[in-house]
Amino acid sequence: MDRIPILKLGDALLVTIQVDMHDRLATALEDDLTNKIVKHNAHGVLIDISALEIVDSFIGRMLDNIAAVSRVLDAETVVVGMRPAVAITLVELGLSLAGVKTALNVERGMALIQRHHVLEQGADDDIAS
Amino acid sequence: MTTSPPETLPIRTSDDVVVVRQQVRARAVQAGLGLVDQTKVVTAASELARNTLDYGGGGAVTLTLIDDGIKRGVRLVFEDHGPGIPDLQLALKDGYTTGTGLGLGLSGAKRLSNEFFVESTVGVGTRVTIARWK
Repeated sequence: MDRIPILKLGDALLVTIQVDMHDRLATALEDDLTNKIVKHNAHGVLIDISALEIVDSFIGRMLDNIAAVSRVLDAETVVVGMRPAVAITLVELGLSLAGVKTALNVERGMALIQRHHVLEQGADDDIAS
Repeated sequence: MTTSPPETLPIRTSDDVVVVRQQVRARAVQAGLGLVDQTKVVTAASELARNTLDYGGGGAVTLTLIDDGIKRGVRLVFEDHGPGIPDLQLALKDGYTTGTGLGLGLSGAKRLSNEFFVESTVGVGTRVTIARWK
């Protein structure tokens, strides 16, 4: 079965979606990602969708699910590289991706994850002291 | 007035949905739609093809290039012989679903289209027609 590769990038995971997603691939990706978050103790997940020509409610739900599960595992999900035409269409479709953070590119997404992690650590230290 | 013969594609599997997206994109380019309009009609097609598959138990879509003499566009007719939709008004509400989806398929596709028409008879099937003009 096809799988989408997941790369380790610092203490985050990077997923680049380049193919037309279908159900099995989406389910496999959710499974693989959750396993890798735990295995690598990842603080964030970057999902690069710059190759996607459309995002429909199916993909939108997958992104929301990944973000929700990752959050429970203490990892922040950032969707990066959304094309402008895709963004316009998503809003008109009615998908707000409320649970998902977005950034223009991988670098800015990575910065967002690191900032989030530092803030969290700061909060932990406050509780400890 | 149509400028090219209609094309009918089956929607039986998840892979067929991918083919529908590709063909709708090709027709939208042919009709001269801009990138945003292409994206809108392909996204609407993806939602409706998935509905045909998940709720209609499979079916087909017919793609037609349309031309009214002034502007061009694409028309898509999705047909299935599934259970039909008992309450169309409810089915068109944002967030309403009988399945596991987000309930944005029909309502979202309507917003993404210039023309939108649903006919459905319980026990007979459903036909959804959309058009996007340049």
